[in-house]
Amino acid sequence: MPWDRNQMAARAAEELEDGMYVNLGIGIPTLVANYVGDKDITLQSENGMLGMGPFPFEGDEDADLINAGKQTITELSRTSYFDSATSFGMIRGGKIAAAILGAMEVAENGDLANWMIPGKLVKGMGGAMDLVAGVGRVVVVMDHTNKHGDSKVLKECTLPLTGKGVVDRIITNLGVLDVVEGGLKIVECADGVTEDDLRAATQATIVG
Amino acid sequence: MKKVYGSADEALEGVLSDGMLIAAGGFGLCGIPELLIDGIVKSGVKDLTVASNNAGVDGFGLGKLLDTRQIKKMISSYVGENAEFMRQYLSGELELEFNPQGTLAERMRAGGAGIPGFYTKTGVGTVIAEGKEVKEFNGEEYILEEGIFADLSIVKAWKADDTGNLVFRKTARNFNPPAAMCGKICIAEVEEIVPRGSLDPDLIHLPGIYVHRIIQGDHEKRIEQRTVRKREEA
Repeated sequence: MPWDRNQMAARAAEELEDGMYVNLGIGIPTLVANYVGDKDITLQSENGMLGMGPFPFEGDEDADLINAGKQTITELSRTSYFDSATSFGMIRGGKIAAAILGAMEVAENGDLANWMIPGKLVKGMGGAMDLVAGVGRVVVVMDHTNKHGDSKVLKECTLPLTGKGVVDRIITNLGVLDVVEGGLKIVECADGVTEDDLRAATQATIVG
Repeated sequence: MKKVYGSADEALEGVLSDGMLIAAGGFGLCGIPELLIDGIVKSGVKDLTVASNNAGVDGFGLGKLLDTRQIKKMISSYVGENAEFMRQYLSGELELEFNPQGTLAERMRAGGAGIPGFYTKTGVGTVIAEGKEVKEFNGEEYILEEGIFADLSIVKAWKADDTGNLVFRKTARNFNPPAAMCGKICIAEVEEIVPRGSLDPDLIHLPGIYVHRIIQGDHEKRIEQRTVRKREEA
């Protein structure tokens, strides 16, 4: 059985180490926060906050306290606030240890595409280009194939790039792959998924 | 010098002109200068270029200036929470320059700090790099981005004193300080103007040197995505 969304998020949470400052993207990456357990992880929200807390209880929403997805959130005892230039200073400056984000396509050289589909409505890259260029480690969490069954793990991206050679690790419903010299290396298969299954669903070169 | 004005209309008197570049603070609808946007709508000034991370929603925030077709061009990182924006953009009535969010923030900060350009890794190898100078530092490529020097900055803060020292609240700070810094003239709207000396000088977020005019008023502070937990989950 391939992993479901929560299992992918749980696997991604294993990437995080005690003491890390981390930025989580929208979608499955947001769920990663539910699986960090006892690890001391500080979440960054790029609109200007370190130490992001959970959603507020009904009635406690504060219009001045939102995350980068514009959702109402809460603060923690460790929270700090800052402006957008400072926020992206810590991102660009490599102070954020890791970003976990979704993707439309990833290529074997670490190229990432997740912000636009030509001919479709383009809303913008937001902070994604800054994050992938700046943080210490980029972990992509996504389904291995699209809704037509085509691989999203490619030799080359077909969509406009968010970043070039920026991805370190890919976690999909089928398993975990690392970007290495010459292609991708299988790190682990999802429960009940064989290496052959993973290879068959992957267009990119698999080495080792 | 008197910085406190009685209303948005009074504060905007004499600073607006067609075709000008305005830098606006805010992220989504959080920390946006609602009152000054209303004032600019009323003024009828047109052909504006607005540098702002987002473009409001239909009928609120910068969406109001789109409804009246007063904006010619947006410089933003993320748009499209706004049907009228998309209609004008797809029909070619509205120009749009996408900037990565951190690049936009740094362009404002740089403009305010007298820095005409800076090199960044953000966007290298993407469409953002097209037409921009590429320079190598320590074996890595960077692209040249330019500082934004706005004619006018409009920002929202929580509190001000009458000298323009500003304090922001929680994530409503966002783009407001860099936007404020990059304008030749900056107007700040706040929830409360407090007497000189009542703000702790060690806890001023933006010094009054960047702020030329101040107004106080009531803010709607609309929430874009209301997300909550049930009490029983506690």
